[in-house]
Amino acid sequence: MISSFVFRALDRRARGVIAILLAVALLVPLANLGLPSDHPLHVPNYTVGLVGKYLTYALLALALDLVWGYCGILSLGHGAFFALGGYAMGMYLMRQIGSRGVYGDPVLPDFMVFLNWQELPWFWLGFDQFWFAAIMILAVPGLLAFAFGWFAFRSRVTGVYLSIITQAMTYALLLAFFRNEMGFGGNNGLTDFKDILGANIQADTTRAALFSASAIALALAFLICSGIVRSKFGMVLVAVRDAESRSRFFGYRVENVKLFVFVVSAMMAGVAGALYVPQVGIINPGEFAPANSIEIVIWTAVGGRGTLVGPIIGAVLVNAGKSVFTAAFPEFWLFALGALFVAVTLFLPKGIVGAWSAATARLKRQKAKPPVDAAASPEAAE
Amino acid sequence: MHRLIRPLTLLLLLFAVLPTASAQTELGGLIDALSTGKLKQRSGQIEAIAATGDARAVPALQALREGDLYFRKSDKKVFITQKDGKDFRLIDPLSGELAGTETKKALSKVKTNNRLRRQIDDVIGALTLLSEDPQTRIAAAATIFKTADPASLETLEAAIAQESDAEVLAAMQRARAAIVLKTDAPDSDKIEAIERLSSDGGREALPLLTAMAARSEGAVAAAAQQAVAKAERTAALWDTGQTIWYGISLGSVLLLAAIGLAVTFGVMGVINMAHGEMVMLGAYTTFVVQELIRANMPGLFDYSLAIALPLAFLVSGACGFALERGVIRFLYGRPLETLLATWGVSLILQQAIRTIFGPTNQEVGNPTWMSGAYELGGLTFTANRLWIVVFAMIVFSALFVVLKKTAFGLQMRAVTQNRKMASSMGIRTPWVDALTFALGSGIAGIAGVALSQIANVSPNLGQNYIIDSFMVVVFGGVGNLWGTLIGAMSLGIANKFLEPYAGAVLAKILILILIILFIQKRPKGLFALKGRAVEA
Repeated sequence: MISSFVFRALDRRARGVIAILLAVALLVPLANLGLPSDHPLHVPNYTVGLVGKYLTYALLALALDLVWGYCGILSLGHGAFFALGGYAMGMYLMRQIGSRGVYGDPVLPDFMVFLNWQELPWFWLGFDQFWFAAIMILAVPGLLAFAFGWFAFRSRVTGVYLSIITQAMTYALLLAFFRNEMGFGGNNGLTDFKDILGANIQADTTRAALFSASAIALALAFLICSGIVRSKFGMVLVAVRDAESRSRFFGYRVENVKLFVFVVSAMMAGVAGALYVPQVGIINPGEFAPANSIEIVIWTAVGGRGTLVGPIIGAVLVNAGKSVFTAAFPEFWLFALGALFVAVTLFLPKGIVGAWSAATARLKRQKAKPPVDAAASPEAAE
Repeated sequence: MHRLIRPLTLLLLLFAVLPTASAQTELGGLIDALSTGKLKQRSGQIEAIAATGDARAVPALQALREGDLYFRKSDKKVFITQKDGKDFRLIDPLSGELAGTETKKALSKVKTNNRLRRQIDDVIGALTLLSEDPQTRIAAAATIFKTADPASLETLEAAIAQESDAEVLAAMQRARAAIVLKTDAPDSDKIEAIERLSSDGGREALPLLTAMAARSEGAVAAAAQQAVAKAERTAALWDTGQTIWYGISLGSVLLLAAIGLAVTFGVMGVINMAHGEMVMLGAYTTFVVQELIRANMPGLFDYSLAIALPLAFLVSGACGFALERGVIRFLYGRPLETLLATWGVSLILQQAIRTIFGPTNQEVGNPTWMSGAYELGGLTFTANRLWIVVFAMIVFSALFVVLKKTAFGLQMRAVTQNRKMASSMGIRTPWVDALTFALGSGIAGIAGVALSQIANVSPNLGQNYIIDSFMVVVFGGVGNLWGTLIGAMSLGIANKFLEPYAGAVLAKILILILIILFIQKRPKGLFALKGRAVEA
């Protein structure tokens, strides 16, 4: 069964994308570590960090696309799942600091010593083990998505209403994580990490490894998404997106379909957050901001929702644009981003990939028929 | 000494009502006597002044308290002084007339200390009890109530005997009751005092009663305990009232921010993410209007809000109209895309304002009629909050009339209920959409004028209110103004009731969670439009 899942997942385009991602995962670290810094193909550390960050964003956008593009659930709260995964990773990294913190407490992170806490809160227990943190990275966003989706989909909250309450969810979490009493570092969040799995987090090799991990995670997620949307279940998913009531009348349990895909998507977002945090070195409540979650939507929309390559292209392009713009004209980035929102919704409803497919399809049709015929054909006359 | 002077005081108090020439010279002599003797004798001198019971001594005593009382070295005459450059202006302590200027060298200060200042406070309190002005008498009684110095009792009783103003009398009786509790008066007097304090002592009486309940025994203690319990109940009642008022005040703000959103959402089924920025534009319009008035016609400042209101409506309304015509009408039937596009517009508007006005908070002034506070029983209403509540109600009623009584309102409701049918009946739905959007945005602009009075006017102003506005709209349900009103008020009041237990942030989180749960129960809000559509 698994083999058939994988086999169906790997159509031509998917094979290409996965091959490219794996090549990136292998070659970029090699070019960064193996080649001398004056070599023309050398990839500087800065670029490795930056592209690594983009790859985690791409994974996040892919997760959103699975629910929005294929199931019609516009989540304005996916940033919350990303941040929760990030916090789970951040808690592991905090525990690894041990007695090297400013206050030198062997167990308590600095901010807890600062707040005069005597012992570790219960929800921090176990995070000194990587395997436990790894489970939490999947479990916490997954459980939140399950609880949220269980209620929301069962009571048939749809459309704009669902979008608004997902936004309320991430906003509530934003406010909650800002509180010092929550025990997640409040305003400052978690930072000042030292080690990951015993390796120095600042070292070039660790950064290169994290980069590879991000690319491989993205390839794996792509494989899973591709498998889901090409299976029979994927057909139901699209049916729910396009005609929810009709699918329900056919006998499909719409709420279960939605719930499954929402939970899978939240877990993927959690993994993206967990890979993001060690690469940027900080996680703070700002990641829960509703504006961040909406930005994820625009990455997906730019690339093309309802395609799996689209969100990856969109996330990388928009963020590369952001890096360039904020460096060159800091004033104008928000203008550009705002214009992007408007332009994409108005002129590119299917995103770059959708526009590309439409253009190539038109070209093919034109090639297949001589232009004179096309003008005289009954279709054109209609 | 005290005992001897007291009867004399009473006698003199009667004279004080009709100041005689002899009293004047006597008082003048007593004040001039302050220039003689050491600091130790000052207490006796003040006592003597107090014994005259003459309210005209008050300015001199106040000056002594503030250290503005000097005497001329040449003739030992005492004056109130005002600094005038290097010299001092001399003011006659009794007549208040200017009596020339002197250099600093020619003068010497009448010294005082903190113990004397307390004594002076008491004396001033007692003296002003006989002032002509009822407000001054009430203030004096309030001072005595606070200090509750048994030494003032006889003066106070004398004042009570000749007081005719009911309000002043009540204040004096309160002060007397507070003093009686401190003396060794018989139990019956004390119980009577306790009853008086408990019936109209207000919030300040509570600590007195609590102390009394702890200190005394027998019937007095029982009475005091009863009074404490009653006072606490009353205080709790007033507190609840105050919390409800805060809730209504917050609810009005939410109502103002959300009502325009409810209109556009109700008619077009579209959440306008740029709605918060329309509010912000209204606030910035107020700022610009005020700046222009400050620069050109400062006299009109009190009318600045009245001038800003129509302008804000026009500015935000025009923006809304342009947004509908330029973007939203191309996205019909795609509510989620509309949401994204309007979010993009909101980013552009925010950045535009940031580029023009800078990212910092702008100073928007309150006109005089919006500052100050009113008290009603145990409730305090600040003027600006009061006006905003009134204003929100006016906006709500006006919108209600527009929707129910005008042809445009009729068309709007028709489109809300059934767009296709309305269109078939000859209603130009695209125009209704555009005008509705302009109307909703214009109302947001008006809300911005009101919010500029209580919130920071910054490019992020809209962002701070947008999620709350969404919550109000989805909670209240669309297509029904009453839903928005009740949604806003219940969220505001619930928030304020949770705050004391949970803190402001946690209260907000709880409200958000409650709304998320509520939406599960009623996915279309409190007042859902009834319809037959399977998928609305």
